[in-house]
Amino acid sequence: MANVFTSIGDWVTERAPNMMPMYRKHMTEYYAPKNFNLWYYFGSLAIVVLINQIVTGIFLTMNYNPSAAGAFDSVQYIMRDVEWGWLIRYMHSTGASLFFVVVFLHMFRGIMYGSYKKPRELVWLLGMLIFLVLMAEAFMGYVLPWGNMSFWGAKVIVSLFGTIPVIGGTLVEWIMGDFLPADATLNRFFALHVIALPIVLLLLVVLHLAALHEVGSNNPDGVEIKKGPKGNRWDALKPADGIPFHPYYTVKDLFGVGFFLLIAAFIIFFAPTFGGWFLEHDNSIMANNLVTPAEIKPVWYFTPFYAIVRMVPSFLGTAVWGVLAMFGAIVVLFLLPWFDRGQVKSIRYRGTGYKVALGVFVIAFLGLGAVGAGITAEVIPEWFGNVDLTTWENAFGRTMTLIYFGFFAFLWAYTHFGWEKTKPVPDRVTMHD
Amino acid sequence: MANEVVDHGRRRFLTATTAVVGGLGIVSAAVPFIKSWEPSARAKAAGAPVTQSLKKIEPGQQLIVGWRSLPVFIVNRTPAQLATLPQQDPRLVDPKSDGSSATQQPKYAQNETRSIKPEWLVMVGICTHLGCVPNFVGEIKPEPFDPNWQGGYYCPCHHSRYDMAGRVYQGVPAPKNMEIPPYNFIDDNTIQIGVDPKGAA
Repeated sequence: MANVFTSIGDWVTERAPNMMPMYRKHMTEYYAPKNFNLWYYFGSLAIVVLINQIVTGIFLTMNYNPSAAGAFDSVQYIMRDVEWGWLIRYMHSTGASLFFVVVFLHMFRGIMYGSYKKPRELVWLLGMLIFLVLMAEAFMGYVLPWGNMSFWGAKVIVSLFGTIPVIGGTLVEWIMGDFLPADATLNRFFALHVIALPIVLLLLVVLHLAALHEVGSNNPDGVEIKKGPKGNRWDALKPADGIPFHPYYTVKDLFGVGFFLLIAAFIIFFAPTFGGWFLEHDNSIMANNLVTPAEIKPVWYFTPFYAIVRMVPSFLGTAVWGVLAMFGAIVVLFLLPWFDRGQVKSIRYRGTGYKVALGVFVIAFLGLGAVGAGITAEVIPEWFGNVDLTTWENAFGRTMTLIYFGFFAFLWAYTHFGWEKTKPVPDRVTMHD
Repeated sequence: MANEVVDHGRRRFLTATTAVVGGLGIVSAAVPFIKSWEPSARAKAAGAPVTQSLKKIEPGQQLIVGWRSLPVFIVNRTPAQLATLPQQDPRLVDPKSDGSSATQQPKYAQNETRSIKPEWLVMVGICTHLGCVPNFVGEIKPEPFDPNWQGGYYCPCHHSRYDMAGRVYQGVPAPKNMEIPPYNFIDDNTIQIGVDPKGAA
């Protein structure tokens, strides 16, 4: 039997001599720093969720009907009549939320350990593009069940483009293919959601990994293992602090996958709507263009960005500012490698100012999420009694918005003018075990 | 042939012209795909005028009718509600509808009540911020979002507020007053939405 495999392998190698070297370059001879911690699970988990979304998505399209008349009923049909359809749909909808959980943590890891810094700017930019496509993908997927939240969510998001002066109105009609979200809108979103964007997403993931493997992985100490001493058990010329990705990190990641699937399965089986956070209650009502749901709020992963739109008032007769601020919130993330001029990568050796700023930034992000999700609208009257809700909510939300953008301004000034007092960075990775 | 000297000028010219012609071809080929996203003939045809009787709308009530798939609010305003309108002017973005909202109504509705007849408000019920349908909160009484509420519209999406003539308040995300569609009175109790009155431009 072994001989059969060997001869097949030889047959392939003879015709494609670069296949095995490529495999070795990215797996068994890709030397990753040996000090990865818990935060390094989320990259591989993102791939696991991506595969889950593709597989469950393919099976959902087999029963889904992309039309304004049939979409809502076909989703109910999947939930009630299709054998195991409910499981496949809940895997897909829970997967969407967990995708963002994993990606947010993955991005936070990158910020915390300075993984966006030279020489990894390209890895960061490609990762941000993945994030952008993922948001478009999630938004369009959210429209497909054609519930009332789908409809109004689509209307609000597409109308963002309507605030652009002069061409806005035409642009909105062009995106929707009608004067309101309609059959045409649903059909094109379906096409983009199941074909166009997944292809782009997969390509970007390949490029993200290719760019990473060119420069090598960062690590919790933020030291470059390629610049450290050479020679390990496998190769005398490779970094001493590196271990082969396969089997060392594939096995580690498998453990993480097992743990993650346990959590995911619990949510899918016992709390698939997650109390209205993963699947919103108002989306169990069919789309109705004459009735806006009492409180339109996006799914949780969009709430911080949505809050920024809400918090910026219109002036000079246009509402474009809120939209610009929201896109700006993503643009500043793209530019993070250039805001941060500091040489020290990891938070372990950075100044106290940075640590405080990052903590405050996280609080601002969560605070904006609370505004966007309508939590502040609930708790302000509860905590402070009969006060003017709009004034209080605006005061809180606008402060959080300023802090969000302020983080990037502070980071630039802090590092550009040399105010940061860093600790000495070790020559080699330290093992914290 | 093989030993001929390469004419670089000629090669550059050919490369450039090929690139330009090829680029034009790609741009031209993109046009049908981009145009295919525009509203189809069927979607455009669905925009016929709508006729509505006003007989059963009591004072203080609102009726919503569909026109071009848009919700149109028809409100029978009470004298008390009409009396609030001039008092709101200092709190509004564009009280006279002649600034940023100059194009939000036909000329014949560009007045304090934003209507042909003072009591009848006919308005496209779409928030000028991001296109939600604002809630009709007609009663003049303190509301959680405004202790000094004088009746009007409250948008559930981003909390924009409008008065009883669809004029937007200051300090909210919406930039303009809500849109007044073209309409006319066929007789005292019937209106037609989508058509200007005879003689009006």
